[in-house]
Amino acid sequence: MPTRVLVPSGVLGLGFDRTALARGVAMRPDIIAIDGGSTDSGPFSLGAGQSKYARAATKSEWRDLMLARAEAGVPLVIGTAGTCGADATVDWMFDITAELARELGQTLRVARLYSSQTADTVTRALGEGRIIPLTPAPEISPETLASMTNIVALAGAEQIQAAIDTGAEIIIAGRTTDTATIAALPLARGDHAGAAWHGAKIAECGALCSTNPTSGVIVVDFDDSGFTVEAMHETALCTPHSVSAHMLYENTDPFILYEPGGHLDVTRARYTALDARRVRVEGSEWVAGRYTVKLEGARIAGYQTTIMAILRGAHYAAHARDWVAKLATFLTDTISRRMGLAPDSYSLDFRLIGVDGALGPLENRTGHPVEVGVLGIVTAPTQGIAAEIGKLINPFVLHYPLTEDEELPTFAFPYSPATTDRGALYEFALNHVMDLSDPMQAFRLTVTEVGA
Amino acid sequence: MSTQKQPLGQQVLKVRSKNAGPFWVTIDIFCGTSEAYASVLPRLHTSDVARLYATPEQLVKRFDIPDLHVIKFSIPRPVVQGSAADRDMHGAQWAHLLDEMAV
Repeated sequence: MPTRVLVPSGVLGLGFDRTALARGVAMRPDIIAIDGGSTDSGPFSLGAGQSKYARAATKSEWRDLMLARAEAGVPLVIGTAGTCGADATVDWMFDITAELARELGQTLRVARLYSSQTADTVTRALGEGRIIPLTPAPEISPETLASMTNIVALAGAEQIQAAIDTGAEIIIAGRTTDTATIAALPLARGDHAGAAWHGAKIAECGALCSTNPTSGVIVVDFDDSGFTVEAMHETALCTPHSVSAHMLYENTDPFILYEPGGHLDVTRARYTALDARRVRVEGSEWVAGRYTVKLEGARIAGYQTTIMAILRGAHYAAHARDWVAKLATFLTDTISRRMGLAPDSYSLDFRLIGVDGALGPLENRTGHPVEVGVLGIVTAPTQGIAAEIGKLINPFVLHYPLTEDEELPTFAFPYSPATTDRGALYEFALNHVMDLSDPMQAFRLTVTEVGA
Repeated sequence: MSTQKQPLGQQVLKVRSKNAGPFWVTIDIFCGTSEAYASVLPRLHTSDVARLYATPEQLVKRFDIPDLHVIKFSIPRPVVQGSAADRDMHGAQWAHLLDEMAV
């Protein structure tokens, strides 16, 4: 049965064009699906179990989508709620939804799909040989799993279908693959499986597959032989090039995409312009395989304190590398003498902004910067130790001379205090998949009525 | 035809890079035309790209995509995204090295 999916944007919190959304709703979609997250911004969101987007931005956009849902009379689903899709951010999104339901006078059944995994669950699976490393995978053990603050499994289409089957008007899903919320309904209705996953991949970043990426809103029509994609903003055109090029984006392999239960192969996909706005895609293939779900996990890798100084003197800017090498050696010795800390029990890393700040040892250009920013990053086992090291090195970062026979320099500190305690540093600690005998084995579903 | 080497960025439409998950960076070279693609393709060696990013050549994935006039490289990150030693959370600055590489 043909299925029309409305995708308001690539992620909730980044904005979409309201007129384009209204146009999408007027096209009578069968479901509205939006992504709520990704690992794009790093491990903090998953580690801390927090959304990276402001609650106000999320609420304002979700309000528009809840109104669009009421008008369209179809389910509204968000995947990877609250950036990381941990249970805590699913509940955060649920609170926003309940608050909006009251404000809008809507009475709703809300399904929550939880994706968090306990260390015990994953440890048991590890013992049963059901955890398979991807490349490159960090080493894992029961101890490292127990040290993770959050572990999530990426749900696929089956878990979203189970949520849809509850009859809920709104589905707030924890971690899912980027494509699962879009592919779920077309697959459930028997549309072409390769097309369902391929169309979902094309649409998951919203209008990024069109000539006006920031306009957000996309409509995809799925059927038994392929899919058709159209952007809703008047100036956003989907062309065979803009659509097919999207398979390159954030994919290591532009032809193969692994999902729970198999993989998508678009090697033989054909992209045809139906008119100036719409592209038809056929020939994508779904290859069924084992039912595995990808795991993501994060843990605390230490606590950080940073310090920033700016070298403006021409002599120091020109010799920043030599200066920082000497300074680092001196500080390592000072920290050892005064705090009794061995160099391997903490790290002190200086980044030279204006020299090689972004690329480090890979940088192959040299120049003559007007000034050099020196960003010192201390990572230690506790915030107390990191802060203490920060205070200890502070006067030397301010005054350390390049040579012994010169007057004591004073560099620029941009603020007081010069050190900033950053809190926990989280790190991604899993790049594995978990084999499941039943798709719902690792996921939980609850339905709650909210509103007036 | 000139045999002088030129920065790759001056011969193609765009070079971009981005994380593909926390463990990989992927670099897309949009040549823009089939002529530019055909011209760059034989002169862009995977071994040079591997050296540029200090990565063993056998770990570099390469995709030549004539339909899009695109050459794509995927490289395992030398440091995992967001770890203490990471300098570029989104991996988007990596593209500049390839953009500036003489080809």
